[in-house]
Amino acid sequence: MDLYKKEILDHYKNPRNFGKIKTEAKSTHGENPSCGDSINMDIVFKQGRIENIKFSGDGCAIAIAAASMLTEKVKGMKIVDVADIGFQDIQKLLGVEVSHSRKNCAILALNVLRKMVLQELKQQK
Amino acid sequence: MLDPKIRDDFPILSLEVNGKPLVYFDNAATSQKPQAVIDKLVEYYETSNANIHRGIHYLSEKATEGYEESKKKVARFINAKSYKEIIYTRNATESINLVAYTLGLSSLSKGDLVISTEMEHHSNIIPWQIIKKHKKIDVEFVPVRDDYTLDIDEYKKLLQRKPKLVTFVHASNVLGTINPAKEITRLAHKAGAFVLIDGAQSVPHMKIDVEDIDCDFLAFSSHKMCGPTGIGVLYGKQEILEELDPFMGGGDMINHVTYEESTWNKLPWKFEAGTPNIADAVAFGATVDYLEKIGMRDIEKHERELVSYALDKMKKVKGLEIFGQDDRVESRGGMVAFTLKYAHPHDVAQLLDEEGIAVRSGHHCAQPLHEKFKKSTTSRASFYLYNTKEEVDKMIAALDRVVELFHS
Repeated sequence: MDLYKKEILDHYKNPRNFGKIKTEAKSTHGENPSCGDSINMDIVFKQGRIENIKFSGDGCAIAIAAASMLTEKVKGMKIVDVADIGFQDIQKLLGVEVSHSRKNCAILALNVLRKMVLQELKQQK
Repeated sequence: MLDPKIRDDFPILSLEVNGKPLVYFDNAATSQKPQAVIDKLVEYYETSNANIHRGIHYLSEKATEGYEESKKKVARFINAKSYKEIIYTRNATESINLVAYTLGLSSLSKGDLVISTEMEHHSNIIPWQIIKKHKKIDVEFVPVRDDYTLDIDEYKKLLQRKPKLVTFVHASNVLGTINPAKEITRLAHKAGAFVLIDGAQSVPHMKIDVEDIDCDFLAFSSHKMCGPTGIGVLYGKQEILEELDPFMGGGDMINHVTYEESTWNKLPWKFEAGTPNIADAVAFGATVDYLEKIGMRDIEKHERELVSYALDKMKKVKGLEIFGQDDRVESRGGMVAFTLKYAHPHDVAQLLDEEGIAVRSGHHCAQPLHEKFKKSTTSRASFYLYNTKEEVDKMIAALDRVVELFHS
């Protein structure tokens, strides 16, 4: 039951940064059509950093825990640094090796975040 | 219940998964294979392999005989009039597509109505969406009611629009509902429509008699009934198949070929272009022998008892909701789709896998049905002749542990 260790279940049952940001936030949605995981992300970018981030949605323990841990990690980070985050970093956050069949669950939030960050970087140029 | 000694016929059932004895509850996706079928496959390659209908040498004749014998067995199995009514495809999906691309393209025109149901697998939705695009036909879906049965009153209303084809799933791969195939067919014929039945989840689990049901077409797959992958069946009434154009063109489906035009082979070969899947077809013949030896009525009874046992136990698991009928066992197939209030279906499947229990999670190729009932995905345990009550008990214990893990 490694995949379902205490930290992951804790983040699943009590996800951090869960909800919506009402003002001045940019918003994007992502989903895994085959399993029905769906995540929405709101971000406030300010002076090259992620000032505030929240997510909402529905998914399995891995998808939700990864989203929760990821938002905790990137809050306050420079967006150029956020762009470097990859699957390995998500595995490190979760503290377990994620099997091939669950990789899409683990990186759903990251994919949404990357999309938003790359768009922000493009707009800054 | 069937004698659990049947399990010894299936070598894979002695496997251990994650250090636990395998409990295989994903039979609606595909079934396991008995030794007799595996042996037949090997025997074919070791003693009979050659192309069929092409040579007069010993091996070609032996291979041809094995292939044709398989069709005769399948014809007898579903009570078709002749092997000429048995067309081999890759799977039930291809069988449905065969009807769509022959009857659909040649006999349907703009404004014609095809009636399907809200209970269908994607394989009986998408082909008609494709034909709709080509021929501008209308496709209507008979609603599924809150008790997970088809709304026959709505169906009768749709029939007043004189559909050209009625196509429906005999046994749902999600809800477990078994639809009244004979009655639906009778009403469709009265309205002048052809009838195509998706039997992928019924033919493996109950005695099917195409003469009694009187359907025009029936599609099913070998791999869901203890047979090899790569063989599907389309049964079609001979007089209708005679009138249809071929599905694909190539070797074996022709009578005479010139550069300008060609004439077609006799049934059923008219619908089988190119070298078919001979080895798997031969092994499929042995599969039919195996199932008949056990008896389809006994298999049906076994599954009914098992699903009834499972439903009773599952209803007691905290926060477990059954997606499908949970009381009418007599009109229900041997599978249960469900959700747990506290855990996502993916997590349920993964945690059960850690206990060696194989269930499926996802939308089971029935996304519109899930969306109608506002479910993104479900888990599904589906049973077959080799499953036991002890295995159900193991699943229940594992589900209780999932609830404990996620609810505490």
